[in-house]
Amino acid sequence: MSMADQAAEKKAFRLSMLIYDTRYRSITIQVIALIALALVGAWLVSNTLSNLEALDKELGFGFLSEPSSYDINQRLIEYDSRSSHGRAALVGILNTLLVAFMGCVLATIIGVTAGVARLSKNWIIARLMTVYVEMFRNVPILLWIVLVMAVVIETLPVPRSFKGENATSSMILGDSVAITNRGIYFPKPIYLEGSMIVFAAFILSLVGIWVFGRWAKKRQARTGDILPTGWIKLAIFVVPTLLVFFIMGRPITLEYPVFKGFNFQGGYQMRNSLIALWLALSFYTGAFIAEAVRAGIQAISKGQSEAAAALGLRPKRIMNLVILPQALRVIIPPLISQYLNLTKNSSLAIVVGYMDITATLGGITLNQTGREMESLLLLMAMYLSISITVSIAMNWYNESIKMRER
Amino acid sequence: MSDQSYVRTEMLGEKPPPSSQVGVVKWVMENLFSSIPNAIMTIVSVWVVYYILSGILPWAFQSSWNATSLHGCRAYIAETYGEGVEGACWSVINERWKQLLFGFYPKELYWRPVVTLALMFVAISPVLFTSVPRKVMLFSVIYPFLAFWLLWGGSIWLPIVAFLGLVIAYLAIVYLPALVGSLGATIGAGVLPILFWIVIAGPIIDGLNGIAPIGIEGVDSDQMGGFMISIIIGVSGIALSLPIGILLALGRQSPLFIVKTICVGFIEFIRGVPLITLLFVASVLLNYFLPPGTNFDLILRVIIMVTFFAAAYMAEVIRGGLAALPKGQYEAADALGLDYWKATRLIIMPQALKISIPNIVSNFIGLFKDTTLVSIIGLLDPMGLARAIPADQNWNGIVWEIYVFIALLFWIFTFSMSRYSMYLERKLATGH
Amino acid sequence: MKKTVLFGAIAAVGLTAGMASAGTLDDVKAKGELACGVSTGSPGFSFPDADGRWQGFDVGYCRALAGAVLGSGDAIKFVPLSSKTRFAALGSGEIDVLSRNTTWTFSRDVDLKQTFVGVDYYDGQGFMVKTDLGVESVLDMDGATICIQTGTTTELNLADYFRTNGMTYEPVPIEGNAEAQQQYLAGACDSYTTDRSALAGTRMSFENPDDHMLLPEIISKEPLGPLVRHGDDNWADIARWTLNALITAEELGITQANVLEMAKGTDNPEINRMLGSEGSLAAMLGLESDWAVNAILAGGNYGEIFSNNIGENSPIGLSRGVNALWTDGGLIYSPPFR
Repeated sequence: MSMADQAAEKKAFRLSMLIYDTRYRSITIQVIALIALALVGAWLVSNTLSNLEALDKELGFGFLSEPSSYDINQRLIEYDSRSSHGRAALVGILNTLLVAFMGCVLATIIGVTAGVARLSKNWIIARLMTVYVEMFRNVPILLWIVLVMAVVIETLPVPRSFKGENATSSMILGDSVAITNRGIYFPKPIYLEGSMIVFAAFILSLVGIWVFGRWAKKRQARTGDILPTGWIKLAIFVVPTLLVFFIMGRPITLEYPVFKGFNFQGGYQMRNSLIALWLALSFYTGAFIAEAVRAGIQAISKGQSEAAAALGLRPKRIMNLVILPQALRVIIPPLISQYLNLTKNSSLAIVVGYMDITATLGGITLNQTGREMESLLLLMAMYLSISITVSIAMNWYNESIKMRER
Repeated sequence: MSDQSYVRTEMLGEKPPPSSQVGVVKWVMENLFSSIPNAIMTIVSVWVVYYILSGILPWAFQSSWNATSLHGCRAYIAETYGEGVEGACWSVINERWKQLLFGFYPKELYWRPVVTLALMFVAISPVLFTSVPRKVMLFSVIYPFLAFWLLWGGSIWLPIVAFLGLVIAYLAIVYLPALVGSLGATIGAGVLPILFWIVIAGPIIDGLNGIAPIGIEGVDSDQMGGFMISIIIGVSGIALSLPIGILLALGRQSPLFIVKTICVGFIEFIRGVPLITLLFVASVLLNYFLPPGTNFDLILRVIIMVTFFAAAYMAEVIRGGLAALPKGQYEAADALGLDYWKATRLIIMPQALKISIPNIVSNFIGLFKDTTLVSIIGLLDPMGLARAIPADQNWNGIVWEIYVFIALLFWIFTFSMSRYSMYLERKLATGH
Repeated sequence: MKKTVLFGAIAAVGLTAGMASAGTLDDVKAKGELACGVSTGSPGFSFPDADGRWQGFDVGYCRALAGAVLGSGDAIKFVPLSSKTRFAALGSGEIDVLSRNTTWTFSRDVDLKQTFVGVDYYDGQGFMVKTDLGVESVLDMDGATICIQTGTTTELNLADYFRTNGMTYEPVPIEGNAEAQQQYLAGACDSYTTDRSALAGTRMSFENPDDHMLLPEIISKEPLGPLVRHGDDNWADIARWTLNALITAEELGITQANVLEMAKGTDNPEINRMLGSEGSLAAMLGLESDWAVNAILAGGNYGEIFSNNIGENSPIGLSRGVNALWTDGGLIYSPPFR
């Protein structure tokens, strides 16, 4: 290659090509975008630093290891007022996850029931479900949480009414569960020696159910016979565990709640704030899920159910084997976003005093330490990681049930 | 000839169908008692409805409307309906409904928010009804500035000069392509108005105010509250998020890696955190991020964060619209030789936006309901007032009445909007 | 003021621009109004009435300060704040003074960089129970469920008190007074604890106040007072001496009704110095000479503000108690105007 050629090639690149040549233009735009982003970021950081300096404040996460000095009523792990702010945040995260999980389960049950019932032939059921859906969808969730809390507090009996000669309320399920306006008290299992063996038996029987299910399916494919799998599975589920339980001399007992002093003592307590938040979130989200379910079922063309009927399937089997599997593919994506919405809406726990992560880290801790910046950034990071984890898991599931076109 | 006397010569009259096959009975049998489980469900539902209504209706109607305090209410109800009757104290709504609607807006100026709301329907009518003349669109463009002026009052020159910035952007799009090409024009349309607002607008406004001080009485942000603030935050959040959402959606689809990463990062971050944390940022952190000394009032800070929040969701809605467009539209635009910005502006966006309208409406409904969260950071929206009003000794102890009133207000608004969105969906669906 | 126009045009929404470096006094004068942070709703202390006008004891101090600085008790903007946002609002310059029954504590003063300008109400944390609960003392309440207002010092005091006495309890954290009241009345908690002043007001608003009682223990000291940002000593002085002027006015018998008369000059040199007919105290603060007159005109002296909003003749019905003037055996005391 001669010198002249190289010079010509160099000359061929002009500055204006950065804008007019499509080969370079995309790079130019990206570089500009990157620089702009960096500038904005630097501007924000420098503002923050100079503001913090003006207020004489320092950033740092040291406060997380200092004692929190406040108590939390509903907690899944050990915690008292001498524990650190960090542990309080952990209690909060677990509480968030608890109510989100319980909410997703109940919302799904309510939503699927209401969605199917809305298509029911029974006029009054269908209307009632429409009223339910429209009522809950169109009123802010914050209002529902407050209202449900008020209903729980005002309508359920106070613990003291369970006490004494002329008690006006009584415990249910053989004196084991008390429903009060301070929450629901229910028995707590106590694990004695040998309970591990019962657990092992239980897990083994779960494995047994799975193995049996596969075997029954293979057998059905081979011979065409259908076993009453449901009953057999139930038997495997119950019998071995119970047998081991009694052979080991009943190593698991229950601690019942008893009224003592001001409250029920012993057993587990599910606080009224948790109940109110849980119910409000479930009913609110359930209304949206009901709509998704209804839309999913209606999206399956009528020909499908007619074809299934022509094959001689009974209505229940048509629903289970033909309609639902197809409808699920339509229902799952909106369902995922509703689960995420429910999790995010659980941050409103603060209005009923349920100590979730927003109420501990983003509430009392922020308040008592004055570390707004650190607390809020940490809080957002927590929610972000929950959301991302859930959506990754759900997308993976979604991918796995995707229609495989042949 | 055989005997044919058994043959009828005239038709018999029609017999009425059996009583189980007509009218109410048939309807009831078919719809309520078609099977035993169905019958049980019917009876249970009727009982549930009765139980709920029997609890609520006496409370709602054995009520007091004209007392001046909760004690007055209780005395009136005890006197009229007998001792021990639990009745609603609607008097608090009677006394405070204006506050729940308008906050602390000056009473003699209530017409301004009302006119603003009425004009809003005119401004969005081109979207609502296809039969509206297109010229109304011009009003839609002016409306945000007019609405700001009507609500906050003050000098008329501020909104007019701010509007001039938009005019500059428009002129840039029309005339600049001839000079610097269409990419340059698009950049110009973005940069020139901002330069105008930052550099020239201030002196012009001061000058005009000096020459002709025209204006109406100003109203401060702290006097706004109640339902009005929910509408202001909801509507401006959605309106402002539309352009940002469009850009984000385009960025997310862009083949440029860095641009795409930035957009995806922003969208997923906002969608991953609850709105309340963003509102906390608005109330306690946003001032840290701005240059020392600048100080937005809380409503503005909330609108900024709500706009970001809505923009992320809007971007996803518009992405759905873009994805739903037939590929042929993109290819046809390319075949016509349009460049990216022209194709987007003239072919893709108008269609994608039209498909997205129902989803934008439901997005708006969601955002509108979520505006109640601002009560947690101390704005006196209806929920905030529901907490502030019982602090008045006269109404200490009021719980249900205000909540019921707020719930009804929200329900009426959002229910009618969701019905409208369903109507729109049907209308658009038949278009294909 | 350039910034106002700039951002105003961009965002097209009104906003205020205050330079943190310039003195707060100049900013307030430039804005023509005082931004005062108050509670979103606390019976007797701050609440909006049916006309949207803010009322209450905390509000009364704000109006006096506005009177002192700007000459009118109505040249004021109230910013309702939750307990979470109050310090951030003060730190960011959104408000000029915070008067939101805030307890003066070491960490708030030193670590959070606030300047408390004085105490306008000496309070203490008390407990309210229903009389039929059969409890005579907090020490009888081992295992009880207790409603607290979250975001305040009370939840820390409660944790400390029960811990020191070796008792357990179940806290029910609640956002606002209205909800706490509702839970307490419905029996969702055995006791409601917060500042005794608030408890007394809450109790009086019940249908049958006699069914409820306050327990004798006061488990904490809650000196409540207004506060300003750290670092602007002149502004802190103005806020402090406005409060002192209100207290001194009560001590010297200056009331809303007679302050204009007294301002013309009296035989008492301290009154003359304070009300500006003698000496140059006002100039030292950088205020007009009639600053104290306007402060008192805005809502009366300390005693008048007290009795109009929370005193025995108001619906709240609090007695002065320790909040009487020092001359009456109370703790309210102002340094001399000299």
